Amino acid sequence: MTVASSFTPLASLAGGALIGLAAAMLMLFQGRIAGISGIVSRLLLPAGDGQSWGRLAFVAGLVLAPLVYGALTGTAPRPEIATGPFLLAVAGGLVGFGAVWGNGCTSGHGICGLSRLSLRSAVAVTTFMTTAIATVFLVRHVL
Amino acid sequence: MSVILQFLTGLVFGLGLILAGMADPAKVLAFLDLAAIPAGTWDPSLAFVMAGGIAVTFLAYRLILARERPVMAERFLLPEPGAADARLLTGAALFGIGWGLAGLCPGPALVSTLTGGQPAIIFIAAMLAGMALARLLSSATPPLRSNTA
Repeated sequence: MTVASSFTPLASLAGGALIGLAAAMLMLFQGRIAGISGIVSRLLLPAGDGQSWGRLAFVAGLVLAPLVYGALTGTAPRPEIATGPFLLAVAGGLVGFGAVWGNGCTSGHGICGLSRLSLRSAVAVTTFMTTAIATVFLVRHVL
Repeated sequence: MSVILQFLTGLVFGLGLILAGMADPAKVLAFLDLAAIPAGTWDPSLAFVMAGGIAVTFLAYRLILARERPVMAERFLLPEPGAADARLLTGAALFGIGWGLAGLCPGPALVSTLTGGQPAIIFIAAMLAGMALARLLSSATPPLRSNTA
């Protein structure tokens, strides 16, 4: 199955810049890396550093973003999740476990880590891009 | 004040993910489908997300980290530099497989909580369980380096 997807370089560049702005805000105000998996996992099992309310507020901002986006642009985003429930549960488990086990996800390693020229993050990004591309190839073109 | 700022930070982050197309699993999977390059249907947009994000963060971090301390905290908490270890590789590899299966990573999954229906809820529940499991296992077998990510 291959869904046609339109090329949106300007929107994607601007969206990326907003993500970068958010990462900069978190560093400027809180002195922290904007890693979603780090923030969420420390909310699940509180780190005891007095940051739980801040983390909860950050996650609330993420969750409410589509409503604000809809109010600003007039079109609320409708994500198409085509994967079946069993595979979704497997995928979610792998994403959650892997992000915490590997100390970061697309945001922490991909944006913050690479911006700091971290070798660990470069290795992590190369690794997860490779397995993600291989997985999509297997699912779409082999299985 | 700090809590309001963190809410706004999460909101800006989420708006960025939506505008960028990262919160649309179909677009993410189209980006990861390199076999579409010869077919001429590959969508390279998401490379621009990383370019935009890194360009802003690279410059901003240099300015911000030149400060003595953050505005609302005692000090900057940065992950220590170090070599990649087996644990980083294992975690990143598993993360990539999950990302490739569903086209969702943690930020976009949370952004889809209210708009993605039951599939989003299934993914998020499993993701939170996976995160909790990894946290519990990592406190049982602590990494060699401290983690402040």
